[in-house]
Amino acid sequence: MSFKAILRRAAAASVLMLAMAGVSPAQELNALVWCDHSDPNLLKPFEEANGVKVNVKEFEGTGAGLAIVEQSQPGDWDVMVIDSIDVRRGVERGLFEPLAEDQLPVADLFPEVTMDAFTKADGKRYGITEKFGYNTIGFNKAKADPADMQTLASLTGDKYKGRIAIYDYYLPVIGMAAMAIGKKTAELTEADLPAIKETLLKMKANAKAVTDVVASQTALATGEADVLVGGGEWVTAGIAKENPDLDFSIPKEGAVLWSQSLAMFKDSKNKDLAFKFIQYVMSPEGQARLATSACYWGMPANTKAALNEEQKAILRFAEQPEFLKRAQGYPAPDEALDKKMQDMWTEVLQAQ
Amino acid sequence: MTGLPKNSTGWFCVTPALLFTLLFFVLPFLGMAVLSLFPKGGEGFGFENYAQFFGNPSYWRALVNSLEVTAIVTAVSILLAYPFAWILANVVPERWQRLALMLAVLPFWTSYVVRSYSWLLVLAENGVINQMLMGSGMLSAPVQLANSRAATVIGFVHFFVMLLTLTIYANLKQLPPNYRKAAADLGAGPVSAFIHIILPLTLPGIMVGAFLTFVLAIGDYITPQILGGNNELLLPQLIMMQIGRRGDFSSASALSVILMAVVTIAYLASARWLKIERT
Repeated sequence: MSFKAILRRAAAASVLMLAMAGVSPAQELNALVWCDHSDPNLLKPFEEANGVKVNVKEFEGTGAGLAIVEQSQPGDWDVMVIDSIDVRRGVERGLFEPLAEDQLPVADLFPEVTMDAFTKADGKRYGITEKFGYNTIGFNKAKADPADMQTLASLTGDKYKGRIAIYDYYLPVIGMAAMAIGKKTAELTEADLPAIKETLLKMKANAKAVTDVVASQTALATGEADVLVGGGEWVTAGIAKENPDLDFSIPKEGAVLWSQSLAMFKDSKNKDLAFKFIQYVMSPEGQARLATSACYWGMPANTKAALNEEQKAILRFAEQPEFLKRAQGYPAPDEALDKKMQDMWTEVLQAQ
Repeated sequence: MTGLPKNSTGWFCVTPALLFTLLFFVLPFLGMAVLSLFPKGGEGFGFENYAQFFGNPSYWRALVNSLEVTAIVTAVSILLAYPFAWILANVVPERWQRLALMLAVLPFWTSYVVRSYSWLLVLAENGVINQMLMGSGMLSAPVQLANSRAATVIGFVHFFVMLLTLTIYANLKQLPPNYRKAAADLGAGPVSAFIHIILPLTLPGIMVGAFLTFVLAIGDYITPQILGGNNELLLPQLIMMQIGRRGDFSSASALSVILMAVVTIAYLASARWLKIERT
């Protein structure tokens, strides 16, 4: 090949690379998220509107998420989805940037889910609740009597023995067991654990399996279980069209309110874009897309979410004020009590 | 390389592998061992995590469960794999053996996770097995097969029978056919020849496969998590539980060191049979 030919090819390659650089997104947003944020139906409108690419990495559990951050370089991540009760864990580590509250639709949120005690510190907002729901009783109404599902006592009685599955996350299920014996989830202490354990053991004795998120959905969808302790709209709503018999109840004793927040990293190199992303997710359109994400459905925190009537009916949007009155927050134990709760959960799982 | 002494050439060849092992196994393992001595939320250095393991019955129960499940899986896998490997090596015509072996390991080609979820559907109340038993009138109501220790064992055995078949088959193929003829000439029947000649000579193949089965099964998280239904916890599940919400890497490290110690003991106990060069 002649020198001229080589030059020609090099020039062509350069032009091609420049052209490719021209069409590639100018900016990238790196988001540590739960699986509901990976839905292209949620991300694509934001990417197209801003000419950016959103890179997502999924994780399960705050501990695992914070470990990813600690193993990364400062600035690697821009935004994070986190349990609302754990926002303060990120704040204590100095990870999060305060959010400009006046540029977010805080006033439009269901007041019960803003959870300022956890999402704010020193008067500054570090997390904003984007989605919520209930860890309660999910069930198949063709097989379980809806009247029985109005009380947590059904979970420890004999009627549904062998037809129950339990969601494998100790905090909400401990919260449900606490409510079943008349305790408030926000006031739990170490002294309450023996009575809670007794209730959990009764539930376990009735259970066929203790299942993670995917297995919980599978258990109800395939009929392997008729009742899911800790289930709720996050299990039933997404598959309601295929199986309209799947439903959830808010028992008379109450349900545990789960809530997830968005936070922005202090070391983000794209703070403007990160904040734009949070604004998009909190907008009526973003909220509707997040609420009906392919991974799991949940209630949008914003009362003005642009859901259609069918979606609102599946999520039981109109009943939320009543549900929220009866719901209690996740138990939010300190480090020592958290360890004891986890150990108690281990004992329950090992019980035969 | 002719200018270098023979020893130097050997070192030159193994140095990359040694460096890789040092960087990506020995150093991380030492880091993990050190981390296990600094309990989360505790004050400074101590054996708190190890005391917790041995002092809490639900923790060491996880180890006992793991050992029980692994022992059952290894034993059942050997019992199924040996005749299978024997048929492949001695009954299937030579020209079909390669194809038969490929078909035998075909399930290896599918995703481990997908395979486990598939077993969940097969073993479920509405699954193939229950439907078949009920359809044939052998059962009047479905029995619980999924979400149990039996389901975990089935999932594991499906995987490890293939592995053991490969190691035993390789060992059987190395045995000259004259051994059996010589034993027959000396008056040994087929059973006697198998017990006194073939079985001892294939012990390395069995032990290599059994050791690999033990190591891979005792450290596996996926299969018991999907098929066991959390009705009992195995050690890898307990390790993952420490990390999920609380991010207690110190406790998880201590449990991992214990798991490593168990694997080391298993290796030492079986080392005399692990003559890999023979298989």
